[in-house]
Amino acid sequence: MKFAVIQFPGSNCDLDMYHAVKDVLGEEAEYVWHDEADLSGFDGVLVPGGFSFGDYLRCGAIARFSNIMKEVVKAAEAGKPVLGVCNGFQVLTEAGLLPGALLRNRDLKFMCRNVTLKVENAGTMFTAEYAEGDELTIPIAHGEGNYYCDDETYSKLKESGRIVFTYSGDNPNGSVGDIAGILNEKGNVLGMMPHPERAVEKLLGSDDGLKMFQSIVKEWRESHANYA
Amino acid sequence: MPTMLEPTAEQIRDEKLYQQMGMTDEEFAMVEKILGRLPNYTEIGLFSVMWSEHCSYKNSKPVLRKFPTEGPQVLQGPGEGAGIVDIGDNQAVVFKMESHNHPSAIEPYQGAATGVGGILRDVFSMGAQPIALLNSLRFGELDHPRTRYLFEEVVAGIAGYGNCIGIPTVGGEVQFDPCYAGNPLVNAMAVGLINHEDIQRGIASGVGNTVMYVGAKTGRDGIHGATFASEELTEDSDEKRPAVQVGDPFMEKLLMDACIELVKSDALVGIQDMGAAGLTSSSAEMASKAGYGVEMNLDLVPQRETGMTAYEMMLSESQERMLIVVKKGREEEINELFHKYGLDAVAIGRVTDDKMLRLYHNGEVVAEVPADALAEEAPVYHKPSAEPQYFRDFQAMAAAEPKVEDLGGTLVSLLQQPTIASKEWVYDQYDHQVRTSTVVKPGSDAAVVRVRGTDKALAMTADCNSRYIYLDPETGGKIAVAEAARNIVCSGGKPLAITDCLNFGSPERTDIFWQIEKSADGISDACRALDAPVIGGNVSLYNERSGEAVYPTPTIGMVGLVEKLDHVTTQHAKEAGDQVYLIGETHTEFGGSELQKLTDGKISGKSPAIDLGVEAARQEALLSAIRDGLVRSAHDLAEGGFAVALAEKLFGTEGLGADVEITGSPITALFSETQSRFLVTVKPEDAEKFGQRVKDAKHIGTITDDARLVIRSADAGTLIEEEINRLETAWKGAIPCLLNSAE
Amino acid sequence: MTKVNVFVTLRESVLDPQGVAVKDALHSMGYAEVSDVRIGKFLELTIDESERDLDTAVREMCEKLLANTVIEDYRYEIKEEERA
Repeated sequence: MKFAVIQFPGSNCDLDMYHAVKDVLGEEAEYVWHDEADLSGFDGVLVPGGFSFGDYLRCGAIARFSNIMKEVVKAAEAGKPVLGVCNGFQVLTEAGLLPGALLRNRDLKFMCRNVTLKVENAGTMFTAEYAEGDELTIPIAHGEGNYYCDDETYSKLKESGRIVFTYSGDNPNGSVGDIAGILNEKGNVLGMMPHPERAVEKLLGSDDGLKMFQSIVKEWRESHANYA
Repeated sequence: MPTMLEPTAEQIRDEKLYQQMGMTDEEFAMVEKILGRLPNYTEIGLFSVMWSEHCSYKNSKPVLRKFPTEGPQVLQGPGEGAGIVDIGDNQAVVFKMESHNHPSAIEPYQGAATGVGGILRDVFSMGAQPIALLNSLRFGELDHPRTRYLFEEVVAGIAGYGNCIGIPTVGGEVQFDPCYAGNPLVNAMAVGLINHEDIQRGIASGVGNTVMYVGAKTGRDGIHGATFASEELTEDSDEKRPAVQVGDPFMEKLLMDACIELVKSDALVGIQDMGAAGLTSSSAEMASKAGYGVEMNLDLVPQRETGMTAYEMMLSESQERMLIVVKKGREEEINELFHKYGLDAVAIGRVTDDKMLRLYHNGEVVAEVPADALAEEAPVYHKPSAEPQYFRDFQAMAAAEPKVEDLGGTLVSLLQQPTIASKEWVYDQYDHQVRTSTVVKPGSDAAVVRVRGTDKALAMTADCNSRYIYLDPETGGKIAVAEAARNIVCSGGKPLAITDCLNFGSPERTDIFWQIEKSADGISDACRALDAPVIGGNVSLYNERSGEAVYPTPTIGMVGLVEKLDHVTTQHAKEAGDQVYLIGETHTEFGGSELQKLTDGKISGKSPAIDLGVEAARQEALLSAIRDGLVRSAHDLAEGGFAVALAEKLFGTEGLGADVEITGSPITALFSETQSRFLVTVKPEDAEKFGQRVKDAKHIGTITDDARLVIRSADAGTLIEEEINRLETAWKGAIPCLLNSAE
Repeated sequence: MTKVNVFVTLRESVLDPQGVAVKDALHSMGYAEVSDVRIGKFLELTIDESERDLDTAVREMCEKLLANTVIEDYRYEIKEEERA
């Protein structure tokens, strides 16, 4: 399976995504610069964290107008898996691929620490390898990860199982409903603040994020085996 | 915008205007002699910044010469942007530490942020990929609102810059003492990796080659920053705000990525950061180092403001700029490279063979000065020094044990001292994991960052106990290096080299200059004994506020090589049943200790002693035991002594405790700060082997699973029995509590 | 050349922790009469003559980029033309 790792000027978790896929997962990955205009050769899209365009104006606000974002939207429409982590999540909400927005953390400070995530829905292409209720140790590193949406959107997300991850125990940033990660309606675009790509090796503290990447690959292999 | 009327050469001389730029009458006379004429306003500006202490080290050079700077591992010693040390496999580690004290005192967020930006440029201008940041911070006591403000803003500034650019901030230290209240210290360190063939130098060679400007545009910010950094802070310093620059980490990220790509190009001749003294230092130093000259047309310099004079452009310290020299005819491909990152590379001059720095502006020559005169010929001063009375008084004091009634309560109080307390509040704000290579995160003795693609890792630390150095600069200087090395060894690494940031008061004072000399002697001795030469650093003098100098604080940044990832060791106890060993004997040494500060409210007496031969032997023995897999955790004994170190070993372990027995006077055994000691845990089956390997190790007890700390005395029964949870809560909560209570 | 001042603030329904922090600080300084603080952004646009209808163009800019209407409100003032 071949993943595109999108690079905006200011992305800084692109390297981590790339190594998680390539070195740990053993799948193919290629960097795609923001002004390119073709993602047709890729099976999945990873929008990494960082500070795209300095996060000036608003996190992700400028990145969403990059050339490549039209292609990301196309990939999403075509049903390819699209994963946005941290700044990537912010970009996907700004682009309208996911509902809501990310606000400044409740305590106004950047926070970098391990959090405990609860898998709320293990029936997605991103979480099939987990069991519902699994608790994962995954790092967060953000200043604006306080997920906000209006009540109606929240009810919709909740009813349709689109809240994929919540913070278990302490809610670090003040997110509505302890939301850490959400899915689009179609089920192929996931945005999350915690960094699964930082949790793929025991050496660095946790490999609880590995199953997310494995889920994506497995789903892809199965669906493509059907065509073969 | 009206053109500013600049003073004439005669006015500069007659009205002694150079004095406002920090130049003496003698220095002005030297300039006149070098030029054979009176300097104009731009020229005297060039000399004033290049001959400032910050750029020329004119007061500290005689001291810096004391440092050992060579060793088989050293590829680049002091003199370039950063030093370089070989780590094998054609790779090398590049690192440097630098101060940003004065800017941070005035505008803490931007001062600290641009300190991070500047040190990163020093590293990537060598061609290296930065892989980690560390910092060493000093503030006054947190009970003062201004200190809380400075502390919070400095941490936010470091976080804001480092997090955005995506280089992890993996470690460092923070200490608090009243002497830093008016003049905090902000020292930033960057570590990078490079392949040998990519190593760059800041040189402008090859007649006709093109001088190009890349990065942010030049504005009027930071004019005379280098001179500002070489003056004492006074009550008026807050009005000098224009000297503080504003950082743009996004621009720096682009510049960094572009420069790392650039160094692969054979069109590149030389590259240097426009740091202190901006265009002036980069152009003059690159020309001087190469033995060539440089001429630049300032009309071509990208400018952010209109109507800038040559003086302003040359002295601006706008951030995120680089000066590069490229082969003639290759400018277009260089520009294309930068263009990909949204940056422009602009040709502003060329290399000449006449060794002059020549500047054109509006069609006229506005400055014509020998490059060597600026970069190399600053006067060197041998400042008088004298042993101060306070030192003699302290040396005459007998060693004494502070009076303590409640041992357990004292341990809790020590754990709550901000200097000892958990710094989680700080490093939680730093992205310490980006680049996914941080094997040991902040909160252990040294941070460890793996070298991707190999089985190796780098251990790194920044350290300095300035209280010892104040009491006894020479001994304290030795201890600073030894302690940094202990941190590296405890993490499984072998010390490679150090960078230092020499923060002192005014060198005009004989007692301060004595501190500088003596601590340099101590540092040098320890560097030799521990085989860790000095590969670079910086000097920050005039750290005074209204006549009060900070403690002498020569911060040591050390990097060590962990040969195999298996050797990586942390300070934290691992498993119940493991055996606890104390390496090194304990004496009654409380001068400059946390307990002395706690009980007396001030420090006095002799600092702890250190025998560098013993130190080196113990470090070697411990490292060899670690490499043989005999050690499960290792922690050096530092501020607060044995009891604090043992408690720290148990924090964050989820349920482990310890039951140990110590000998001798309880207060000394628990809290003395005798040097060259370690606490180690070992699997029971390895205990015998470990005991043979590390001769100075004494078995003192066992790790338990009851989350209690029990310290007994052979002759006085149970000394301390505390729940780890209570201790850890006190230790973790101390800094947040101090910050919140006052609001 | 026309100057347009754009003000972007968090919507009423969205908690503004920065504003709360500033309000608390003002209270601790003795300004108890401050009952609410909302923090926002101020953008100053300098716009050259063009074919476009200025009002429509500015509204589009706000909707598309300058504000995120999921969480933010905006308003703008078109200043008198200035001759440089």
